[in-house]
Amino acid sequence: MSKLSRRTFVKSLGAASLAPATLLAAPPLLAAAAGATPPTQPSAATDEKPLYLFFNADEAAFIEAACERLIPHDEVGPGALDAGVPNYLDKQLGGSWGAGERLYRSGPWQQGTPSQGYQLPFTPAELFHAALRAILAEFDGKTAFKELSAEQQDAYLKSLEAGGKDLAGVPSAAFFQMLLQMTVEGYFSDPVYGGNKNMVAWKMIGFPGAYANYYDLVDKHGIKLDREPMSIGSDRHGLVHPDPNIPASL
Amino acid sequence: MTQRLKATDVVIIGVGMVGSIVAKELAAAGYKVVGLERGQPRFTVPDFQGPAVHDELRFDIRKALMQDNTKEAVTFRNKVSETALPIRRWESFLPGTGLGGSHVHWNGQTYRFHANDFQLATKTRARYGAKFLDPDLTPQDWGVTYADLEPHYDRFEYLLGTSGKAGNIKGTIQAGGDPFESPRSRDYPTPPQKEPYHGALFRKAATDLGYHPFPQPSSNLSQPYTNPEGVKLNACVFCGFCERYACEHYAKAVPQTIILPVLLKNANFELRTGCQVQRINLDSTKKQATGVTYIDGAGNEFEQPASLVITSGFALNNVRMFLLSGIGKPYDPATGKGTVGRNYAYQTVSTVASFFDEDVNINPFMASGASGTLINDFAGDNFDHAELGFIGGAFVGAVNTNGRPIQYHPVPPGTPAWGKDWKQAVAKHYNHTVMFSIHGSSMSQRQNYLDLDPTYKDAWGQPLLRMTFDFPPNDLRMAQYVTGKAIEIGKAMGAKQVAGNPRKGPYTVTQYQTTHNTGGTIMGDDPATSVVNRYLQSWDVSNVFVIGASNFPQNASWNPTDTVGALTYWAIDALKNKYMKNPGRLVQA
Repeated sequence: MSKLSRRTFVKSLGAASLAPATLLAAPPLLAAAAGATPPTQPSAATDEKPLYLFFNADEAAFIEAACERLIPHDEVGPGALDAGVPNYLDKQLGGSWGAGERLYRSGPWQQGTPSQGYQLPFTPAELFHAALRAILAEFDGKTAFKELSAEQQDAYLKSLEAGGKDLAGVPSAAFFQMLLQMTVEGYFSDPVYGGNKNMVAWKMIGFPGAYANYYDLVDKHGIKLDREPMSIGSDRHGLVHPDPNIPASL
Repeated sequence: MTQRLKATDVVIIGVGMVGSIVAKELAAAGYKVVGLERGQPRFTVPDFQGPAVHDELRFDIRKALMQDNTKEAVTFRNKVSETALPIRRWESFLPGTGLGGSHVHWNGQTYRFHANDFQLATKTRARYGAKFLDPDLTPQDWGVTYADLEPHYDRFEYLLGTSGKAGNIKGTIQAGGDPFESPRSRDYPTPPQKEPYHGALFRKAATDLGYHPFPQPSSNLSQPYTNPEGVKLNACVFCGFCERYACEHYAKAVPQTIILPVLLKNANFELRTGCQVQRINLDSTKKQATGVTYIDGAGNEFEQPASLVITSGFALNNVRMFLLSGIGKPYDPATGKGTVGRNYAYQTVSTVASFFDEDVNINPFMASGASGTLINDFAGDNFDHAELGFIGGAFVGAVNTNGRPIQYHPVPPGTPAWGKDWKQAVAKHYNHTVMFSIHGSSMSQRQNYLDLDPTYKDAWGQPLLRMTFDFPPNDLRMAQYVTGKAIEIGKAMGAKQVAGNPRKGPYTVTQYQTTHNTGGTIMGDDPATSVVNRYLQSWDVSNVFVIGASNFPQNASWNPTDTVGALTYWAIDALKNKYMKNPGRLVQA
């Protein structure tokens, strides 16, 4: 892991911990904290592109733009890009989850009823690559998805969500649902998986994270818990140790 | 190829909650017991330690503690006319695997069923008449009564150290407990857990409406406790990582914290993990079992001869073991004949969300798996059904267990599924919402059953279990009615907006509901309509017993674990004091 990026990461956490305890409750401050560039932090660290291992450049461009429409940055809090959601998707799809971890994969294959759930032969990795290939082909020679206006992007995503479109064998609604589910996962999961960067999504809602002993607080009804959340990778000094399998330059 | 091992007195299939307790009792009585567990050995230290255990993605979403469905899935269809397809990802229910079984990842909710539940068919006919029931329903009496089971409930709860407040001790109603409960011989071993905010709000509103709120009986303990086996448990710290997780604190009663330390010291017991039992072997008469055949983790096949075989796996796996072994006659829904796989039932769960203003901090993450507050006013037969057109009921409770945000981010109905409005609603409501569970009974009906799938196989080449299930209309009417009552409580709490979500059909495997799968090897007094007798002994093969929620003829309004524990000690009593002294049929048909 890069010492430089580790140091800047720690520095940014330090800055956050100096902020008033009301950080969680105050949307304008929160937006500033989540808005990716606290003044004390070198902008290079957060503007740095994730190292994509699974998505190619065109796929990544679509995913980044699409995730940011699913969870946009606004005055209330961070968006999917602030939280590093595309990086989360990339590492999940490039790892065992993408390869079909915990997916029963024997045929025969047939489309079931909605009650019967997912019945496609694709692993998540196969499903994303197939669907993204078809989507990129659709935009071939036209304005790229990422260059469209927010309204146009939303309209396109809604067309996928509505279903009925075939994306190289993947029903568009199946792709959309998997993209949405994984986007929510990447937004709210522990930062060791490469999303929820700096625990921005937890700070927005006030979830304290892996810190988990409320014996003295549970019967203090209605209290406002003002403290920094904790990742499973945090030690007592507030340092976050990312999963060694995930590149440090997130 | 198959290696034949030295014979043992008893072989136990599945070393979870039931298997651990049975093994401990029989080993202590001097019998040689072999426990076969398909999963891995695991212990509080070093396997369940923080902070790595507090990982929502790994345990909630990726279901790290659950049965490996890439090897062993279940197929499902709503009705016989459909083709069952594999449940390719677990969602609706989550069978565990590994030493300690599903009990490791339970929530600790520890309810007794009520006396009426064990005689449901008789009592319903007596109170409402023979024609009251929908004709497709197949409720049955259990063959045991609450009075039979009470000492065994008591013993099981003292093993767990369950924290609660009695509502009825030997017929005397106790203030602060559940006045509807059937009489218990003494109070819980430990007092109730502290009450979180959501429970306190519920308690006040329910009391104002004239209902009878009480603390949820919890096997996440309110204080340190040493159980009668001499094993020590600690107090729960309300970490909010309970169901789907293993407990790092020795505070949740699971086999590792209540019985395994004793069992594993007994030289009469041998634990073998990574062992997948293929079948119970029968002799040429098909009336006696000779032992089991299993395949170990390295792929070697063994025959383990035994005088007595006890199936103590998860309910669905118990049924599959009987079907794979050819014990008893498989149920046929066309004729109603056959018993194995009959009366599969589930749980009918609805929800109500009460949305408060942003100055009301609920702190949903400060909770144990069973630290809620609830009422039984609309559970079981605690209310008059004569004008309602259904039987059964549900407990209603603020029984929220966590605030883990991938799964828990409640938004009011009408909120878009994504985009700015979704995100803003999540931020606005996350810490200001109270969720109720309306945890309802599940009636057995003719069309719902389990059998072997004709097409799909497990990793060892054996047929998967096939589930055919949809909610009986009776249960959906119940859900609608009781959810309406719960909405009134939400409004009485002063919530700004209350949204009810009564369970609707068809049943889907795509949404988590509960892991309370019941039936399929049901108990009873008549071999024509039950798989095992009142002592949980196979009617067909007298040296095979099966113990678990698969014995329930239908499911009641509460979580099944306490009743499974009571049945376990009930069966142990029969094994030790009757069967082992004189092996043979304990009940003549």
